[in-house]
Amino acid sequence: MKPFAVFPLHKKHDLVQVESFEHSRFLAGGTNLVDLMKHQIESPDQIIDLSGFEQAYDITDSEQQVTIGTMVSNTELADYAYQQPGLSLLSQALLAGATVQLRNRATTGGNLLQRTRCYYFYDTTRPCNKRKPGSGCAAINGFNRNHAILGTSEHCIASHPSDMATAMTALDATVHTCNANGETRQIPVRELYRLPGDTPHIETHLGADELITAVSIDKTPRGTHIYQKVRDRSSYAFALVSVACTMQVKDGIISDINLAFGGVGSQPWHAQAAEEYLRGKSATTELFEHAADVELSSAKGSGYNDFKIPMLKRTLVHVLTQASEHQNQHPEHEGAIYAR
Amino acid sequence: MPANTSSNPYGIGAAANRVDGRLKVQGKATYAGENLFDRAPLIGWIVGADIASGTLKRVNTEKAEAQEGVHAVITYKNSVDQKPFGLPEDTQRFGQSRAMLNEDKIRYAGFPVALVVADTLEQARYAGQLIDFTIEPASISLLTKHSEAQVAPESIDGGYEADAGLGDIDSALSSGQRFNMTYTTPNQVSAAMEPHTSIANYDGTNLTVHTSVQILASAVDCLASTFNLPKENIRVKSPFVGGGFGSKLGLHNDAILASIGALHLQRPVKVAMTRRQVFHNAPHRGMSIQQMAFSADANGKLGGVQHHSAMPMAKDYAFAEGTGVAARVNYQAEAIDSKHRVKVVDSPMLDSVRAPGDAIGSLAFEAAVDEIARSLEIDPVDFRRNNIAPVHPITGADFSTNNLDKCLLEGAEKFGWKKRQHTTKGTKKNGFGVSLGMRMNMIVPSEASITLQNDGQLVVRTDMTDIGTGTYTILTQIVAEHFNVDANRITINLGDSDSPASSGSGGSFGASSSGTAVLNACEALSLKLSECAGLAKGNELVQLNDNLVIFGKGDTEQQHSLSDLLGNTQNNALTAQGSVAPDEGNDNYAQYSCAAHFAEVEVDTVTGEVRIIRQHGAFSAGRILNHKTAGSQLKGGMVWGASYALFEELQQDPRDGGFVNCDFAEYHFAVNRDIGDVSLHIIEEPDYKACKLGSKGIGELGITGSGAAIANAVYDAVGARVRDFPITPDKVMAQL
Repeated sequence: MKPFAVFPLHKKHDLVQVESFEHSRFLAGGTNLVDLMKHQIESPDQIIDLSGFEQAYDITDSEQQVTIGTMVSNTELADYAYQQPGLSLLSQALLAGATVQLRNRATTGGNLLQRTRCYYFYDTTRPCNKRKPGSGCAAINGFNRNHAILGTSEHCIASHPSDMATAMTALDATVHTCNANGETRQIPVRELYRLPGDTPHIETHLGADELITAVSIDKTPRGTHIYQKVRDRSSYAFALVSVACTMQVKDGIISDINLAFGGVGSQPWHAQAAEEYLRGKSATTELFEHAADVELSSAKGSGYNDFKIPMLKRTLVHVLTQASEHQNQHPEHEGAIYAR
Repeated sequence: MPANTSSNPYGIGAAANRVDGRLKVQGKATYAGENLFDRAPLIGWIVGADIASGTLKRVNTEKAEAQEGVHAVITYKNSVDQKPFGLPEDTQRFGQSRAMLNEDKIRYAGFPVALVVADTLEQARYAGQLIDFTIEPASISLLTKHSEAQVAPESIDGGYEADAGLGDIDSALSSGQRFNMTYTTPNQVSAAMEPHTSIANYDGTNLTVHTSVQILASAVDCLASTFNLPKENIRVKSPFVGGGFGSKLGLHNDAILASIGALHLQRPVKVAMTRRQVFHNAPHRGMSIQQMAFSADANGKLGGVQHHSAMPMAKDYAFAEGTGVAARVNYQAEAIDSKHRVKVVDSPMLDSVRAPGDAIGSLAFEAAVDEIARSLEIDPVDFRRNNIAPVHPITGADFSTNNLDKCLLEGAEKFGWKKRQHTTKGTKKNGFGVSLGMRMNMIVPSEASITLQNDGQLVVRTDMTDIGTGTYTILTQIVAEHFNVDANRITINLGDSDSPASSGSGGSFGASSSGTAVLNACEALSLKLSECAGLAKGNELVQLNDNLVIFGKGDTEQQHSLSDLLGNTQNNALTAQGSVAPDEGNDNYAQYSCAAHFAEVEVDTVTGEVRIIRQHGAFSAGRILNHKTAGSQLKGGMVWGASYALFEELQQDPRDGGFVNCDFAEYHFAVNRDIGDVSLHIIEEPDYKACKLGSKGIGELGITGSGAAIANAVYDAVGARVRDFPITPDKVMAQL
């Protein structure tokens, strides 16, 4: 048996006392890491246990932003966000993910760093560049139904599975971190992740000693929020495709738009090209279709996931249509459309 | 629902609670993973092959053996002697040798290469990954198209012939309108809630295995055969089974490997499969390619019905599903042509999954039939009523009972078929579907004993199992009704191979077979008690009342004290045996349970997502022994059928022959939120030609036909006819 050490972290400055971060993992809710350890996909020498990280369980609300501690559970955050029209995208996304039991354990920081659900990543008898760098990718020519169509490389086509992170990306959230030297920094979540390239095992720009302590979201009006997730079954299924959208329409013109996609990208996909294409234009079905084509121009299917390209386009056009129609009918509307 | 005929709350038919329910919710039911040996077991970890076919060229276990806590690493180099797998004389699949770790040949992906036995799971698991082995790969054979399946299996599960038919099919298909369609269903697994688990011990003479298995007698045969041990030195116990669904009919790798470990180390060894391991180390249902052709006249009367099934068969393991038997019995036609062909493949074990043949056969066949009705613009309920058979379509035998038409009529009424309304809500459109199912009824030889103790307790012994179906409860009810006693005076001992051999659980034959054996034992005990009381034969026993045995009624009533009656018996107890065998006279009748399924679904016209609004089933299965457990089984089957229609698909990677989506996150089955209202009603008619109890098989009836009603409702909603199950959103979307 390979033993591992447990370092209980109580406050962020405890990081200074950690001797080494080599083969070390932060343990938050454990819904992902513990599973991976049981399957011997992750076998860290040290676990930095965040369960006693007292400062990280709070949601604080200032005039400018909401700051969510890294240990805030998905359930608590979903409940909180449900009551804030400006965060309702987040609530919709969280409630579309996993199951109640999992959301009770899963955390804000942990969910941002959720590993892929690539079947071959989970199967230690098969090659996977993410699990075992240099071993190859079994998914590219294998069964790749749940894989990415955007941001992939010839070394990895795994998709990022998180619904929450997709909503955070659309909301342009900021990740707050702290490292072993006590240095803190703020990283836009849109810049947190790395494309797989030839190092698919390195998924973010975080240092080995860098801990996500909180996530903040600016309280700016964003208009109508829609998170639509398409999935094989109605609960406990990762997105085939999902669209996170906030939109403001003024006099028929899209004045503000935020778009991110889940289930289709190697990372929560910020649809920047589509946003730029849509911004300042008058909302029509034709425009929406073109916006989808613009964003999907680089999309590449691998066989079993080819359907994600038309499915994402249909879903995106539908979401944009819903949001713009709602904005036209209710010009100052903020938040989700709960009564359809 | 007919009222319970006796006043006993545990009389036959009562919707009685499970007698073992309290034990289960308290965690006191001893499933296979609970250690019942005096000594804590060592833990065995399975190390599996990474390719489906080949030869083990090198296996280095040194590093693993050196790990702390490791007691043994067992490979083909040091394993105990076993009878080789797949000898020609081994034709009984549950009793045949299941040898493993006995040769360098790899039989399928995930096939055990080594068993690591250690003090703890963590130690064994860690050491397992240190085993260094190389397999020289051989080519892998899988079924990819219909024409590759060329072998006619000797027989089909359920005792069917591979080929059956009636009339001149070519001529029948050439008159009227012709329909051709090919449907496919994917690999599927049952993956019961309790993963396959065994704890074995060997004391130098006797091998005892606590496991989770549906049939005990053949499990003993299997261990005797595999390890060349006398049957009398083997005991198998399986008092509680956390779901079987066919995947535990026989013993699987956990039981064999735990036994190998126990024989090797002469102490208890436990092998509990992880969920991922279940997918390769326990059997699955193979994919099917079902080619069909029909002809029908303008009034919707079927002329020809043709069904050619292609399926995989595992090497040296004679199991083939009767995927085409629905075509032989659901409808009458001028000509019927049903053929099954298989291809021997390099897949993990292929064996029964709930309702072998019918679950996936009815899924495809009843969807195909729906295509005809829709094409001819005939109401799908009317179309079916117009074509169902008054006698068995091929053999011409009378049905013992057949309420199929009543199921369709009453089911349609309760579902509100004629009042159905198509609506559009936002992007969602609803639709309605119907299908039917016929499931063959069987009796399998079964024995039981019952003992009346001097404390008044009635103790039943049979090696029957309760796989969650409610066997403990219905056997209690049979005894309670016969002796007119409270349930608390009855003890049912199941799942011990030292008890009289029963049918076991499977094929929907368990309740009728083991139940009739118990009823016969009760009657034999009554007779013995009459004899003890010196009464003339035929003076019927009425009641056990505290310590009194009361014979007859009214003027003829006699009371005897229990102690008087049992005073001269051995051990102050009286034991009687009962048995049942298939009744040859009644085999002249075609015996089937039947079902009509109705469903309403909602389909998203943007994304192709399907959600179920409601399902209704109308069933007829003879006399119902317990309306609660029967209803639960039927509903479970209906839900599973829906799950086959929409979700379940085990993907096999052709490069290594291994399965890909081996967990519940990625092997999708229906969750609560997918399923809407599930309702059913039962048309109860005791069938005493089926068995003395009047009951018929129910376990596989609920799933038979239920998925097709969903598929047909999807078509009704948006016009998407998906012939490649499951009906996932992408496939619906492609037709929108």
